[in-house]
Amino acid sequence: MAEKKTYKIAHNRKWCKNCGICVAVCSKHVYEMDSNDRQAIVNPQDCIGCQMCTEHCPDFALIVVEVRDE
Amino acid sequence: MRSDFLRLERLPDIWCPGCGNGVALRALLEAIEQLGLDPDKVVLVSGIGCSSRAPAYTAFDNVHTLHGRAIPVATGIKLANPKLTVIVITGDGDSSAIGGNHLIHAARRDVDITVVVFNNYNYGMTGGQASPLTPSSSITTTTPSGNLDRPFDLVNLAAGAGATYVARSGIYFTKHLVDHLKKAITHEGFSLVDTIVQCPTYYGRFNKRGDAAQMLVSQKDWLVLKSVAEKKTPEQLAGKVIIGEFVNIGRHGPAAASTMKEQA
Repeated sequence: MAEKKTYKIAHNRKWCKNCGICVAVCSKHVYEMDSNDRQAIVNPQDCIGCQMCTEHCPDFALIVVEVRDE
Repeated sequence: MRSDFLRLERLPDIWCPGCGNGVALRALLEAIEQLGLDPDKVVLVSGIGCSSRAPAYTAFDNVHTLHGRAIPVATGIKLANPKLTVIVITGDGDSSAIGGNHLIHAARRDVDITVVVFNNYNYGMTGGQASPLTPSSSITTTTPSGNLDRPFDLVNLAAGAGATYVARSGIYFTKHLVDHLKKAITHEGFSLVDTIVQCPTYYGRFNKRGDAAQMLVSQKDWLVLKSVAEKKTPEQLAGKVIIGEFVNIGRHGPAAASTMKEQA
């Protein structure tokens, strides 16, 4: 069985406007809005690299890349 | 998407939190990248409005013109140098009201440009007034009891005026949108892509469509693929908007822009 791929999420806090779109489109609940209504990455280990958040982020603030140890 | 397509020093953009214009702009840049176009040979032209701010964030040559006059300027650029890929980014009001005449005549002349309409169903920049694409009985600043007028069907308007490529897509379906933008850009002749984006600040709030994320995700409920819609009855399609490719035909004849191309 193939090993589970891991992904690194780069989030540009300066460009993010905390609109909550990434929270809504992520099927793995990687993101959450915190108590101050700011976006937070809570489960980065669950990311499957589907790129839904990257493609739907209106502020170009999210980049998801696969981690390769070579 | 290549980050060197963006002017990083200009970001963050001025759009409201959750505005769909950024998603549509990303899809357009993605289409340009996948087509492998030379960035020096791409020109973006825009008019006035929220959507028309988009070219200012890209590294391509761009012109920010008068309200509604993006298509005439784009026509001029294409005639002056037919080797350029000219893309017009415009809004629903900019293209169908103030620039409505230019839109139908560019379609009639079959100018080889691509028009990408960021359709948010109202005038966002000036405070959420009704545009010619605002659906009937929708609430806006100028129609507080509901819009009495019927909206234009932009796809049929462009097709009737003689556009040779017309498609509609929504930003929730990014792959679908990128595919149709790629087809529109490579199409020889006038092409138009009606891109449905959300305006959470005005249209969404006035019409109780929820927040930005709800408006975006709800596109999968009210946008129906053309192939699926063909199998449904008119009752099942009430209140739905059909997305897909509507017109894809060859040029009507030797149009001005192609004649120019042969001479160049």
